[in-house]
Amino acid sequence: MSVIDVHGLEEEHHPRGISRWLYTTNHKDIGILYMIFGLTMFLVGGLLAMLIRLELFEPGMKLMHPELYNQVITVHGLVMVFAALMPVTAGMANYLIPMMIGAPDMALPRLNNWGFWLLPPAAVLLVLPWFLQLLGIGNGTIDTGWTIYAPLSIQSGLGVDFAIFAIFLLGLSSTMASINVIVTVLNLRAPGMTLEKLPIFVWSWLNTAFLLIAVFPALLAGAVMLLADRHFGTHFFSASGGGDPILWEHMFWFFGHPEVYILLLPTAGILPHILSTFARKPIYGYKAQVYSFAAISMLSVIVWAHHMFTSGLPAYANIYFMFSTMAISVPVGILFFCWFATIWRGAMTFETPMLFAIGYVVLFGIGGLTGLVLSDAAADQQYHNTYFLVAHFHYALFGGPIMGVIAAAYYYLPKLTGRMYNETLGKWHFWLTMIGFNATFIPQFLLGIDGMPRRIPDYALKFAHLNMASSLGAFTLGAAQLLFVYNVVRTISGAGRAATSQVWEGAHGLEFTLPSPPPYHTFSSAPVIE
Amino acid sequence: MASKRLLASIGAVLAIGTLSAPTASARYFFNFPSPVTPIAHEVLFIHDLFLAIITVIFAGAISVLFYSLFTHRKSKNYTPATFTKPTTKKQWAWSFVPVLTLIFIDYVVLGIPALHSILALANTRDDKLVVVVTASQWKWHYAYPAYGIQFTSTLSTPMDEVYGNAPKDRHFLLEVDHPLVLPTNEKVLIVLKSADVIHSFWVPAFGIKQDAVPGYLRKTWVNIQKPGVYRGQCAELCGVGHAFMPIVVDARTPAAFTRWVASERAAAGVAREAAEKVWTKEALMANGKRVFDSNCAACHQPNGLGIPGTFPPIATEHPFSASKEMLSDLMKRGFYRAGRITEGPIASHIEIVMHGIPGTPMPAFESQLSDTDIASVITFERNAFGNHTGQVVQPASIKALRSKKVR
Repeated sequence: MSVIDVHGLEEEHHPRGISRWLYTTNHKDIGILYMIFGLTMFLVGGLLAMLIRLELFEPGMKLMHPELYNQVITVHGLVMVFAALMPVTAGMANYLIPMMIGAPDMALPRLNNWGFWLLPPAAVLLVLPWFLQLLGIGNGTIDTGWTIYAPLSIQSGLGVDFAIFAIFLLGLSSTMASINVIVTVLNLRAPGMTLEKLPIFVWSWLNTAFLLIAVFPALLAGAVMLLADRHFGTHFFSASGGGDPILWEHMFWFFGHPEVYILLLPTAGILPHILSTFARKPIYGYKAQVYSFAAISMLSVIVWAHHMFTSGLPAYANIYFMFSTMAISVPVGILFFCWFATIWRGAMTFETPMLFAIGYVVLFGIGGLTGLVLSDAAADQQYHNTYFLVAHFHYALFGGPIMGVIAAAYYYLPKLTGRMYNETLGKWHFWLTMIGFNATFIPQFLLGIDGMPRRIPDYALKFAHLNMASSLGAFTLGAAQLLFVYNVVRTISGAGRAATSQVWEGAHGLEFTLPSPPPYHTFSSAPVIE
Repeated sequence: MASKRLLASIGAVLAIGTLSAPTASARYFFNFPSPVTPIAHEVLFIHDLFLAIITVIFAGAISVLFYSLFTHRKSKNYTPATFTKPTTKKQWAWSFVPVLTLIFIDYVVLGIPALHSILALANTRDDKLVVVVTASQWKWHYAYPAYGIQFTSTLSTPMDEVYGNAPKDRHFLLEVDHPLVLPTNEKVLIVLKSADVIHSFWVPAFGIKQDAVPGYLRKTWVNIQKPGVYRGQCAELCGVGHAFMPIVVDARTPAAFTRWVASERAAAGVAREAAEKVWTKEALMANGKRVFDSNCAACHQPNGLGIPGTFPPIATEHPFSASKEMLSDLMKRGFYRAGRITEGPIASHIEIVMHGIPGTPMPAFESQLSDTDIASVITFERNAFGNHTGQVVQPASIKALRSKKVR
């Protein structure tokens, strides 16, 4: 087992001010950068969501033209997936993994720095076309929906080119982060930290990293082909030149479906830690969960065309993709079983992280069950591209990953800052989020069943009431997140009582043996795990 | 008024929670629209079955969770257990029960009806009538090859209603000028094509949704069991007008359908004759406004002012800036000079309307509009929105252009 000698380095020896952050190769600094960036983009994406719900508040075009609406929904999707959730989970990996496995830092620190600093330019590329439009250049940013389906994306304006380059940068960044995680976990574990003892969060990220490396190339290759179709006269996605628009759908969803698990797994990994801490009881079914992560990862790359049930695939292809998709319910079901069993007969207390973790189990449960419904290729004729689908994936992606990230944020904030956050504000945040979220998306299930397609800026009168209800819910949900931001900022700036090194009564793990906040360089000599 | 609607919305949300929906007004009884095809019946059955099963699973899981949350608390001095996995044989057996139940539900309870429905939908043989549906931005074109009938179907809701300048009709955004007329109790094969991007043909009451993919033929079928008017929408994001391309199907008994076919063919004869005669400018203008509103206004706007950077105005002398490519396209055709839209030559105007501008959203209307409609809309555009060329295009000259091309 490798032990890196860092005795030459002085504690807290690092540049101050802006250069500390620009040049940093420290896993904690980079983790913090990732998380702050993710939180910022979460607010940007949330603001766009508010604009969407404002436009849909009543029938009739009120706030914007349809072209701007299409741009807003597209950027909302891209920002939330690529610029908010992925960076936040990458930040958690950076900050936590070395501390959890007893490593001095990430294995490839300079790559780590580069991986982060590719993100802000990518985010800028996504929104820059709006500013260019103000200067009279182009007609705004990408407006094709986050799925970027050809040939609409070939016909569309320069915003698509900017988005393609943004995706290149994001892909590069994620790939580097993934390589770093894999190398670190496989090589830098402290003596005694065998793979069978690896904290479950680390296992989940290891799966995530392999998955990212496996599927991102499909999207990047597709993006290159799209760029060539747009500018260099190729016809990959155009039938008139011998290509096929459906090829894009295959390439996109070969990436896009595993992407759901890339977002989900890290938080499914942090969840058992939180449940176990506040139930004061060890994690149930460690091995079952680890094998479930692996099963989910493997299944996720062979089910992609369930996003394409209406595209005209042969019936037997639909049947295959339906049955393979249903198989995912087994490992996901096992995860739920283990989560329930972890808190069963524990001695629970309900601090904010625990509340969000339970919220995760409930909301993601709804997302998972409606996902089972959507796997049905026959009924999907009716659900596909309706608000039923919109509601489903928001339960799966907000109810799962975002709730998980927030739970993790409250759970580790005292560790990061050395200060306890405000518990009352946290509880308000939780309850307003639960009420706002369900008030937003339960009406959307009903809208979908009633026949409202997604991605329309204006709708028939019969959808009016539920849309208004959904918008009111969304405003509540949006406002509640400001409480979170305030609470985080307040804690970072030093309010609140000091946190102990263990922070929570029931917390276990190497990271809780360190003082809060942990020193700049952790584990200058490797800890020994018994 | 507003508060009433608000209360109704909140009420709607609560109604679902209590699952007491049937007693509420019809509007709040949430399920798919009444099925009128065999496929829609199957899909509704599957949907109801699914919802029942997931409701039971969810209720069961939530009960266990809440029991645990209320019982296993530190505040009740509950001593935490320490188990981490099943230990006895009996425990192992019990842990496999949920997994096996799940597999049984997936592949038997839900899998078998789904399998049946998918195979039924895939059987596109034994049709009595073929309808070719061509989607384009943002309208539907319906053709009945057996009867030589074809027409374009566009949104008939005026843009004034969309932008709040007029009260909204009951069928706001779900009404068209020419509905698709289909016979009941006959298997109708729907062949789907697309002229530009991917669209999706969806009528909820039929339980089908099928994408129209440019360059490929896609097939689906309906057998409508009940006469009536069924409304749906394009279900794949297809650009700016995606929300504005509804599908309205008028299903009639076979006898009524036969009468409709006869009257449609007679009307086509009248239209051919109308194209022969010389029209007055007023008649062309009136018809032209109708054609403009349903075919052009989505992009060029009802007031003819277009959208800066994206869709050029029809009103001349109007300042316009856009990408270099677009401006050079316009300049080449004589419609742009020194930052303003100009009155281009009439021949070029006809060329654009008939053949579109390749590489831009401007479509070719040659196969979508009749001679009379093309002549009318060009006459309208050259004399409306403050344009005063006074020029009139007659249907006969469009017809002449078409026949020249054939030669």
